[in-house]
Amino acid sequence: MIQVEHLSKRFGDKTAVDDISFRVHEGEILGFLGPNGAGKSTTMRILAGFLPATSGTARVAGYDVFTDSLNVRKQIGYLPENVPLYLDMRVNEYLTFRAQLKGVPKKDRRASIQEALEKCGVVEVQNQIVGTLSKGYRQRVGLADTMVHNPKILILDEPTIGLDPNQIRQVRSLIKELGKKHTILLSTHILPEVEMICGRVIIINNGKLVAMDTPGNLTSKLRGGATIHLEAKGPFGRIKACLEGIPAVLSVKGEDESVAPSGARTKTHRFVLETDKGRDVREEVFHAFVENKENKWVLLGMKKEAVTLEEVFHQITTREAEEAAGPLPPAEGPAPKGGIKETVSGLLKRIKA
Amino acid sequence: MTNSITIFKREMISYFYSPIAYIVIAVFLLSSGYFFARILALSQQATLMYSLANTQVILSILAPVITMRLLSEEVKSGTIEMLMTAPVTDFEVVFGKFLAALCLYLVMLAPTLLYVVFLGWVGDPDMGPIISSYIGLALMGAMFVSIGLLMSALTRNQIVAGVLGIVTLVILFYLGFAVSGTDGWYVPILQYVGTYDHWEPFTKGLVDTKDVIYYVSITVLCLFITVRTLESSKWR
Repeated sequence: MIQVEHLSKRFGDKTAVDDISFRVHEGEILGFLGPNGAGKSTTMRILAGFLPATSGTARVAGYDVFTDSLNVRKQIGYLPENVPLYLDMRVNEYLTFRAQLKGVPKKDRRASIQEALEKCGVVEVQNQIVGTLSKGYRQRVGLADTMVHNPKILILDEPTIGLDPNQIRQVRSLIKELGKKHTILLSTHILPEVEMICGRVIIINNGKLVAMDTPGNLTSKLRGGATIHLEAKGPFGRIKACLEGIPAVLSVKGEDESVAPSGARTKTHRFVLETDKGRDVREEVFHAFVENKENKWVLLGMKKEAVTLEEVFHQITTREAEEAAGPLPPAEGPAPKGGIKETVSGLLKRIKA
Repeated sequence: MTNSITIFKREMISYFYSPIAYIVIAVFLLSSGYFFARILALSQQATLMYSLANTQVILSILAPVITMRLLSEEVKSGTIEMLMTAPVTDFEVVFGKFLAALCLYLVMLAPTLLYVVFLGWVGDPDMGPIISSYIGLALMGAMFVSIGLLMSALTRNQIVAGVLGIVTLVILFYLGFAVSGTDGWYVPILQYVGTYDHWEPFTKGLVDTKDVIYYVSITVLCLFITVRTLESSKWR
């Protein structure tokens, strides 16, 4: 539905979007992820026909965004970042105006406005002046506007920004619902959002596309394994040695709390285990404890924690920033996994692997 | 064209939801009413010629007030992004807004028809010059509004747009006077560019093609530049 090829946009000397290519398939919800100022909005503006690209091409629903802009604009519903609305109009007046502008035939107009009002939960404020509405309602009026002509494609620039948690939930479920009928490209810098609603994610930083995959793949490819938090009772050193003996365990961190400075003598310790890719060591840990009957070690708790998209995002984007800031000191010997000295290319290689 | 009408309707709603329409109409009627009453009392003639000749200055100030927010406000509040990503052409947007401003201008003039009724009651006015004056006012309004609209496209600050429009129109008004009585190759040019020499014949009952062409061509030129300015803002 959307094909972007080698798209670049420069404002004077500043490159906002740098040679990005991607596709959005029909019926898909694609998340556009990146820190503020990464070039998300610029890309979306180009796709919506508001800005021309400096170089490269973009096609939306088969039409070129530059040469066939009017046809593109008929096919899309675009929600700009700050949801600029005419503040002096009433909600239903505004939506009527927008429906007319977008060419909704007169006989369908009332029905499609009513549908948009209901879907976005703004029926109760339809006679209010937009300027008197709260941010959350305005956002939803904007959303109602994007779907009033039932477009094939929705381009939503940060649709949940500035909403309270309940409204965010509503908007997310609304977007999920819309995703059944429309192709959606949405941008955000809120990570759980992407994990919740998007089928695929594009991470963009400094105008460059740095990763593109499903949220699940992105997280598992970055650091394969998982972190396991462990709570156990017994002699610290021996437990640690035993855990380190498990083949798939890469590292064991933990503090000896048996000599706590408070003087309270406790034998409960916490450990953090980093495990190898694709291996679940919880079973082995359990057996290690059970088989040591005579030692009377007790396993109090165990929790597996997958790498969140948040970490992926942070790692990818901050590495990029570090590299941009200046050359890194040369790594001495093999860098530890996830260590500071890892280069962007190394990181990206691992993502692509 | 339907899109222009849609935009026209929205702008009209907006005018009458804000105080601008009422303030502009009130100021115009107060001042034109004052001139009408004073001039009628002094001249004792059943004619609109002298009082309408005066309204040009008032209109030079009020027309840019009508148009100043039309495009600048859209850019400043960001609504231009919503507008221009809907399937409308730049021309349709500009033309719709132009129609709305011209319509408000004519609404503002409409109550002065009561003066004509009043003249008919107290005397026997010659209707020819009165009709030609209104034709002239409408043409002049189109030109003033298009100049104001252009200024609104040039800046995102509506006050600046308003001041630029007023200054331009007032300069155009005085251009003819400023050079009258002097000699030089530039005198006929400046007199042609100035608005006053084109307006006066209308008040005397003369609808000259030369003057009609003057108003229409400047209107079209300004609308054209406005469309281009709007297009170019994407590239900046």
